[in-house]
Amino acid sequence: MSESIRRNLGLAAILIALFGIGFLTKPELYGDPGWLAGNIATILQQSAAIGVVTVGMTFVIIGGGIDLSVGAIVALAGVWSTTVDTQGFGAAGMVFTALAVGAGVGLVNGILIAYGRLVAFIATLAMLVAARGLAAQISGKQTQLSLNATINSLTTTKLLGIPLIVLIFAVVAAAGAVLLNRTTFGRRTIAVGGNPEAARLAGINVRGHTMLLYVLSGLCCGIGAVLLTSQATSAQAAMANLYELDAIAAAIIGGTLLSGGRGTITGAIFGVLVFSTITNLFAVNNLSTEAQNMVKGGIIIAAVLVQQIKFGSLTAFLHRQKAVTAPTT
Amino acid sequence: MKPGPINRRRILLGGAILTTTAALAACTGNDTPSSAQTKGGDAVPNSSPGKAVTIGFSAPAADHGWIAAITGNARAQAATFSDVTLKTVEAGADAAAQRAALATLVSQKPDVIVVLPHDGKELNSFGLEAMKADIPVVNLDRAFPDALAYRLQIKGDNYGMGAAAGHYIGTRLTAAGTASPIIGEIAGIDSLELTQERSRGFKEALAVYGFSVANRRAAEFTADSGQREATNLLNALPTMDALWNHDDDQGIGVLAAISQASRGEFFMVGGAGSTAAIQTIQADNSVLKASVTYSPSMASSAIALARLIAQGRGMSDLVELAVPKEIVLASETITKDNAAGYLPLGF
Repeated sequence: MSESIRRNLGLAAILIALFGIGFLTKPELYGDPGWLAGNIATILQQSAAIGVVTVGMTFVIIGGGIDLSVGAIVALAGVWSTTVDTQGFGAAGMVFTALAVGAGVGLVNGILIAYGRLVAFIATLAMLVAARGLAAQISGKQTQLSLNATINSLTTTKLLGIPLIVLIFAVVAAAGAVLLNRTTFGRRTIAVGGNPEAARLAGINVRGHTMLLYVLSGLCCGIGAVLLTSQATSAQAAMANLYELDAIAAAIIGGTLLSGGRGTITGAIFGVLVFSTITNLFAVNNLSTEAQNMVKGGIIIAAVLVQQIKFGSLTAFLHRQKAVTAPTT
Repeated sequence: MKPGPINRRRILLGGAILTTTAALAACTGNDTPSSAQTKGGDAVPNSSPGKAVTIGFSAPAADHGWIAAITGNARAQAATFSDVTLKTVEAGADAAAQRAALATLVSQKPDVIVVLPHDGKELNSFGLEAMKADIPVVNLDRAFPDALAYRLQIKGDNYGMGAAAGHYIGTRLTAAGTASPIIGEIAGIDSLELTQERSRGFKEALAVYGFSVANRRAAEFTADSGQREATNLLNALPTMDALWNHDDDQGIGVLAAISQASRGEFFMVGGAGSTAAIQTIQADNSVLKASVTYSPSMASSAIALARLIAQGRGMSDLVELAVPKEIVLASETITKDNAAGYLPLGF
């Protein structure tokens, strides 16, 4: 069994355990199939926007980068697509604006990092500040209501019993998994993140590819902005607060190596679901946000420790043991 | 205990003591009733123009509707006075940036400074310095702990806001005869002192009616966080009787979550008093039935009072010759019946 499958099974086990805890603490709710189905739908809805953003983030991290500006891009795309003028163009205009703004900001990030030789951490940190500033400027620091019924109904309209925003999330996740595992683009991403120099020698346009990864992340933020706007029926400059940290954390506990070259979309999605389920479980049990954040922090540390033991210290330790116990001739 | 003559005797005794006390108290007066105190003949209405003054103003550059309204109200109020020049400085992103901005403001020697600090404790020293330099400071909302750091402190009442929400919910549920009601609460950013004050007021007011909060979630004053927390709260409480949401801006998301979940068996109370919320209350077509105020109109009042301080005048309706030192706004409850009056104050 491959390492990624084993990890995903582990995350699925954590999810089941979380539901088990729910059943033990609130049997009257979790024991009711109707309530349980509704609650799972809630968790999936609450995972949609951050989930889509995490798909883009996972690509960037596997490709050896980091994108700290995702939350700010979601806010900018959300605000830009809900101005009175943009809403005048209808739902299609709003979606187009959100995607164009997202991809556009991603392109600026990509050019700065790939061709401007800026460190990704610095470039996207600067973009985080700038994009939120621009969003505040455009919105006049006000919450902008989305008056478009089509956009707002993405959250409420169901297809085969599943809300549209959850379906969009599923489609983006599936497309991301296919793109990473079954296409040249995906293999190049892993190669660029694993060893850029080797990738360059192998004939990959490393700079061009790196730039595209940030455009992809920005595009995912644009989609996330549409989903979040639909849920909140509004957008504002402070929306999607700390999405960058949530997305990075989900990718990491899903097995994505922060140094690049390895990771899966499935794992990252599991990571998002684990966090959303914890938030939900704590809400159902009326436990404080502080306690919830401490548990989330603990899970991130545990996931990274497991990763290190598996790939770092444990292998090194075993090698040492072999060397010590090897018979001398 | 068996009720009987002892109780009756006690009542009679108590009545006798009260009567005697009242009679004695009535005998202590020495003065004949005099006419009410007035300022005298030189009292002029506050609206009449006085000495031309320059008011410096600084508030955080925030992305929240309430803070935006604070700055907007201050500007609009200053523009109504022909004798006021308003100098605003951008306060930047944090306390240090605001301190730097205020330093440049002080160097321009305004007659009075109105400041809504990033943090009252962190900017307390600025207040002390400005007062020492003979520039009166009007401290808006976030309080300087040191009384020497301001000439006038005008602020909202976070505890009172929670208490107002608690009393509205308590009264309404009691009137409806709801026994052991299920009450939800969606707070703002939990690490802020103002959030804790609001929640404390809410809890203590509910306790008066024998009620308590069944589930409390903390959002982040944004619509998307309000939607997230409300969605989870609604799942946690399959039936509910009442809900208090601390902030009308995040309330947009809370109301979205409620309509997305097709819930409506309870009533909701908002907080702060945004224009959108007041209109919704007036229309009476959603679960939102009331909002407790924390009005940014205080910025308008702060400018009006700063002008009087700079001109050395008092409030024309009060007897004192100078503006008072502290004003705490009462948190009022906006309902369908009085919503029209509050619309001009909405943000």
